Amino acid sequence: MDFQLSNEHRMVQKMVREFAEKEVAPIIKEYDRKQEMAPFILPRMAELGILGICFPVGYAGQGMDYISLGLACEELEAVDSTLRVVMSVHVGLNSMALLQWGTEEQKLRFLEPQAKGEKIACFGLTEPGAGSDVAGIQASARLVGDEYILNGEKMWISLATKAHHALVVARTNPEAPDPHDGLSAFLVELNRPGVKTGDIHGKLGVRAGSTGWLSFQDVRVPVENRIGEEGEGFKIAMSCLDNGRYTVAAGATGLIRASLEASKRYAHERKAFGREIGKFQLVQQKIARMVQSYEAARLLYLRAGWMKNEGLRNSRETSLAKWFATDASFEAASEAIQVHGAYGYSDEYDVERYLRNAKGAIIYEGTSEIHQLVQAAYALGYREDAPLRCEMPAYDAEAWQS
Amino acid sequence: MKIVVCVKQVPDTAAKVVVEDGKVTWGDAPLVINPWDEYAVETGLQQQEAHGGDVTVISMGDESAKEALKHALAMGCGEAVLISDPALSGADSVTTARVLAAAIRKIADVDIAFFGKQAIDGDGGVTAAQTARVLGWSALTLVSTISDLDIGNSEIQVERSTEEGRQIVKGRLPAVVSVVKDIGEPRYPSFMGIRKASRATIPEWHLAELNLEAPSPAVSWPEIMNPPQREVKTEIIDGASPQEKAEKLADKILEEKVL
Repeated sequence: MDFQLSNEHRMVQKMVREFAEKEVAPIIKEYDRKQEMAPFILPRMAELGILGICFPVGYAGQGMDYISLGLACEELEAVDSTLRVVMSVHVGLNSMALLQWGTEEQKLRFLEPQAKGEKIACFGLTEPGAGSDVAGIQASARLVGDEYILNGEKMWISLATKAHHALVVARTNPEAPDPHDGLSAFLVELNRPGVKTGDIHGKLGVRAGSTGWLSFQDVRVPVENRIGEEGEGFKIAMSCLDNGRYTVAAGATGLIRASLEASKRYAHERKAFGREIGKFQLVQQKIARMVQSYEAARLLYLRAGWMKNEGLRNSRETSLAKWFATDASFEAASEAIQVHGAYGYSDEYDVERYLRNAKGAIIYEGTSEIHQLVQAAYALGYREDAPLRCEMPAYDAEAWQS
Repeated sequence: MKIVVCVKQVPDTAAKVVVEDGKVTWGDAPLVINPWDEYAVETGLQQQEAHGGDVTVISMGDESAKEALKHALAMGCGEAVLISDPALSGADSVTTARVLAAAIRKIADVDIAFFGKQAIDGDGGVTAAQTARVLGWSALTLVSTISDLDIGNSEIQVERSTEEGRQIVKGRLPAVVSVVKDIGEPRYPSFMGIRKASRATIPEWHLAELNLEAPSPAVSWPEIMNPPQREVKTEIIDGASPQEKAEKLADKILEEKVL
């Protein structure tokens, strides 16, 4: 068993860290206050190849592995969650689904411009009335000739107003005996007539990001834009989540690290009762907990990443990593504020932003409650993963270079 | 055009460098490519992009210096060479210059050798000029802009950034050019570059291959010590009005002979 990162992984980590620290850290507070996404973020991430990090060079990706994706997410969220959200949505939930389920023609038409970052991608699963209850999806897609007519609303969609492409799950068969089997997935270009998008403001966190809604009114989507077979929508959505959750887990690990680093710095700096506060045992306990959760979260996501590289099904492991890391990141950010005292409660320091950002990840891509049900179901034998028609391809260092 | 960039592996800027038992140590802080040398790599790559040719990055150091070379490869340099020899430990800047000059000669037909203005560990800032001297090439140091490069006529014109101001200097090629920050922000390594660099086998040259004898350094460090700890005393000047405070402060400054 090798716990060491390769030279390549360490270089990826350093490169992404430098980008986030040099270019984003200095301006993030300003955009968080304005509740806007800094306009340079997406083009710059595209230019640096981060938006196509883990796709084969043949599809205009960068040919790196899934562990590199995780490491990049950790580095990005150590500076701000909104950077990692871009990866979750554009890479994890959308582009990786195209790699897994798309036809060759769809990969060339959609994945290639997405891997280059020329087209930005988002994911439309959640609706105003359906979140954890995926089978309750109301959006409909009715086949008329060789087009589907798409109607419905999608809510809490990251990058809704920035994206060019959305992977949308809608009901194609209202009569299916099991409502899960009545869903299908579509890659919808958001410039099609009948599509409207908007931003949602007033969120607790991820304020420097873009979160919004999609609305479809009689939007005509050609059959060639359907991803997978009719009725495969639920399975596709779940495999999207296996990838999205991985990026969330890795990112939350970065948020724990940021909370830990900020707390260590402040514990050395701040004096009380004539000593630096790091000398007090109750502060030490908080630091120790953060170290513990950081390292555990890191091992969990790296294992999931390793399984992805090997082409092993990792729904259980990814869910566990996501549940653990996001809960632990909220705890770490909260304790980091406590270490900082009143200063931590103000936006003079970064830790209050960490806490606000951490809360979102406990809700999206499977609430912590859902992940607990999932874990229990695996443990009790109520749930097992059936093989998929299209499995996520394993990482092949040689083949991915061409 | 053939470009060589000389880089050095140094302790990270964040490292705490101290003297322990008469030796300099930075604990387990990571080693990085000398930050100034990243500007030199950037310059080399920019010139290659503008004029064609290839960029070879070289470093004198032990095995760990391969990290600096790999960083430069990941940024886009085509080739890398490590010059390593047990006899080179404790080398001074003259020795370094002789070794680098020999390597540049061995690479052959080099038009320009780029350096960072100094290394952040030794902070001598003389290796570039010394290397130019050994090679008998033009030495253009502290360069902030390469305003003209005419390979056909073997001419180069640069702006130098000195304490007195800016100088425009013309020189003949081949030349040794050391660069300062204004030359342009170094690019990040690309993912393609990272993959290439991590798989690259970097050749090692030893003194024998450069036809050099084991050097005896002209400079040695008989004693190294930590700088004396600064004692800082803080005193707050009190007074009823700003004027009174200012007067007291002025008296105090005169009394302490600060002015």
